[in-house]
Amino acid sequence: MHNKTIAELGAGLRTGKFSSVELTQHFLQRIERMEGSLNSLVTVTPESALMAAEAADQQIQSGDAGPLMGIPILQKDIFCTRGVKTSCGSRMLDNFISPYDATVTERLMQAGAVSLGKANMDEFAMGSSNETSYYGPVKNPWDTSRVPGGSSGGSAAAVAARLAVAATGTDTGGSIRQPAALCGITGLKPTYGRVSRFGMIAFASSLDQAGPMTHSAEDAALMLQAMAGFDPKDSTSADEPVPDYSASLDDSLQGLRIGLPKEYFGEGLDPAVSASVESAIEVYRQLGAEVLEISLPNSSLAVPTYYVVAPAECSSNLSRFDGVRFGYRCENPHDLEDLYKRSRGEGFGPEVKRRIMIGTYALSAGYYDAYYLKAQKTRHLISDDFRKAFEKVDVIMGPTTPTTAFGLGEKMDDPVTMYLNDIYTIATNLAGLPGISLPVAPVNGLPVGLQIIGNYFTEAKLLNVAHRFQRESKWHRQMPVGFE
Amino acid sequence: MSLDHSDVEKIAHLARMALDESQIDAYTKDLSNILGLVEALEIANTDHVEPMAHPLHMAQRLRQDQVTEKDHREENQSVAPSVESGLYLVPQVIE
Repeated sequence: MHNKTIAELGAGLRTGKFSSVELTQHFLQRIERMEGSLNSLVTVTPESALMAAEAADQQIQSGDAGPLMGIPILQKDIFCTRGVKTSCGSRMLDNFISPYDATVTERLMQAGAVSLGKANMDEFAMGSSNETSYYGPVKNPWDTSRVPGGSSGGSAAAVAARLAVAATGTDTGGSIRQPAALCGITGLKPTYGRVSRFGMIAFASSLDQAGPMTHSAEDAALMLQAMAGFDPKDSTSADEPVPDYSASLDDSLQGLRIGLPKEYFGEGLDPAVSASVESAIEVYRQLGAEVLEISLPNSSLAVPTYYVVAPAECSSNLSRFDGVRFGYRCENPHDLEDLYKRSRGEGFGPEVKRRIMIGTYALSAGYYDAYYLKAQKTRHLISDDFRKAFEKVDVIMGPTTPTTAFGLGEKMDDPVTMYLNDIYTIATNLAGLPGISLPVAPVNGLPVGLQIIGNYFTEAKLLNVAHRFQRESKWHRQMPVGFE
Repeated sequence: MSLDHSDVEKIAHLARMALDESQIDAYTKDLSNILGLVEALEIANTDHVEPMAHPLHMAQRLRQDQVTEKDHREENQSVAPSVESGLYLVPQVIE
């Protein structure tokens, strides 16, 4: 039951082969049996899951059931969930029972998806290995001595291990695509503004975007359909029509123009990962696509630009955690300043502190022009590179990550080395473009991701391009040993 | 750009964040390394380039100035560390 897609399980539910309660119990039992070796979940909610499953079964019986009705999923613990702890992977919110639902939570619930619980993540989504979580590192189901990637590492590991059919993630600099690549699943970061950020705990507001993490592009289309759309509660929500993402999945790729940025295949890319990505591109040639070399000349500015813009926005966003209205408060503060300082000093972990301080510094008097204003200008250069590229090609392809999953603890002592892991994903966020990662041929038994970047609001095209590959390949069907 | 111990103390104060004295040297090194990474921006020619604050260059949407939410004070205060009579409590500020 657990190696089936949303579409397959939905058909089983609607024809009465099994009920949502049975399906939910099956996944809850898997969680109980296997989750201990992964640490991919912060909270499991069996009672509310079974209640939702019962309600879904009634809806299905009444014949009024959409594609997500009764399907067990997980929510990244960044999405506020009413009555459930929403920790964001931080001690700061370890005691936070959200009084309201995020729009993403609400929409998936309305679609009938059954939430099994909340997935572990890097603290406040800051990390590329899921090792900065207050709840401990998540392990990669393909090799539990390795990281699953981050920040949506719990979502990726759990979906790869078939502890849920699908999960939500968020992506500020690669946090959906990079863990999807390292765990061998499909992860889509939509266009900035496509999915509401309301109730999604903010990290860097001009970059943050939510998206689905699934087994296949077909499943991602079903999840995105429920998640996407205008939301008056999010002032940056895009008021653009939402197409039927499933309708165009099988469209022909004849004449599709694929651009390969030479900067994404240069120094630092593991040759074996490169070969795997190139063999996937060969599949696209056979499907009738035309492959062109392109250049994104300002690519090397992406990581430095990000590490000004994201920390600057984070230092502002995270100022709300002050020990007054919600979250952690230190013991016996002797005055208000002591309350602020110790609550934040004790509530945040080291990576969050580093980023808050970098952002504070970059925005401080005398440094604003040199750092923040400069980075906003280089952000424009990076965005212009893509604008020019999309005059020549329909999609851009390359590796999602320079290497396969690295070992736990390997990069934790050196933040800068860790940051370079997002070298191919960060530019997409700076430009606000959509990107998807899908599994291609593994290297030494470890998953590799192909990244496909599209123009603004072309999620349907990205899903179509990814799905056509998955019709020809089996990589998205492979399960890690021990989790079959 | 290299920071020193006192720079980090100052930044931590601006961020209202208590750091253990024993950790400040480690943060000084890490933050200096991150700023070293960021220095790569200096070489980029950004003359006549407009700063980009929003990926889609959207204007801020406005709405009617009308009350649309009901009162959520009780729910919101249920997660507060310390409240009394609908007020958030903090250490005394005014003597």
